[in-house]
Amino acid sequence: MLVHSLFFYFFSAITVFSAIMVTVSRNTVYSVFFLILVFVSVSILFIMIGAEFLGMIMLIVYVGAVAVLFLFVVMMLNVTEQITKRATTKGLINNISVASIVGMIIFLELLVVVGGWKYKESFVSLSDINLYSSNTHMLGNVLYTDYIHLFQIAGMILLIAMIGAITLTFNKRENVKRQNYFRQIQREKNDGVSLVDVETGKGIKIDD
Amino acid sequence: MIEIGLGHYLTLAAIIFIIGVIGIFLNRKNVIIILMSIELILLAVNINLVSFSIYLQDLVGQIFTMFILTVAAAEAAVGLAIIVIYYKNKGSIHVEQISSLKG
Repeated sequence: MLVHSLFFYFFSAITVFSAIMVTVSRNTVYSVFFLILVFVSVSILFIMIGAEFLGMIMLIVYVGAVAVLFLFVVMMLNVTEQITKRATTKGLINNISVASIVGMIIFLELLVVVGGWKYKESFVSLSDINLYSSNTHMLGNVLYTDYIHLFQIAGMILLIAMIGAITLTFNKRENVKRQNYFRQIQREKNDGVSLVDVETGKGIKIDD
Repeated sequence: MIEIGLGHYLTLAAIIFIIGVIGIFLNRKNVIIILMSIELILLAVNINLVSFSIYLQDLVGQIFTMFILTVAAAEAAVGLAIIVIYYKNKGSIHVEQISSLKG
């Protein structure tokens, strides 16, 4: 149990520290790296608590996809130019005061909720754990039976997000030759080939 | 203190949530950090769901975490696409300069 608590405090300290660094870091690239660190340590916490599948999914989806997406965008946009311009001090102080008031209020509310809760002593005891089926197995049993429709809707959401992202960023470039399938299929022999009598020594002018 | 229970995880989630909220307010540099703060908030909610799921021994919390993960990924993709075309049009993603909708 001692090792569990040690690991918990270690990784949650890393999580909180890097979450703070995400918001206050001056360089956006560093923010993305700290975001990755947050996700990695939280996924370790998940694995430690017994949700192995979600911890791994967290690593794959967030660190492997979302954070890399962030990194791509940060590198694509010129944010090094952005960091040199600093916000005005007055506006920043105003922001900090509003932010700390709102943050403290929400934190106190959450503290009341967490503090007022009656807890059991610990998490799942060892005798409760079914050793013959893993977390992934049980999740699959629930996900593919009771929640199959929600699962498919989640797939649709991803598809729509993909279509939306592509249509948003797609730009049609001028002066680029593209393959036109319809024209290619509709083409007939008469359009493509023409027989011309060429006079000797004069040549012929071909349009286009 | 030494025994880790549900309260510890909930407190951690609350702290991360607050950091995300403050990050949205505090940020004046660019919109990407605001998107990252939203990711932090969603992560805090995920921690809550997973710890309750383990605590109550009910797998539904983990199922919902997966759905939140899906929505977060979709949101990040669309948000970043919007940021990219905004940058292409305006040449800057400063939060203060984004005021076209003000009228």
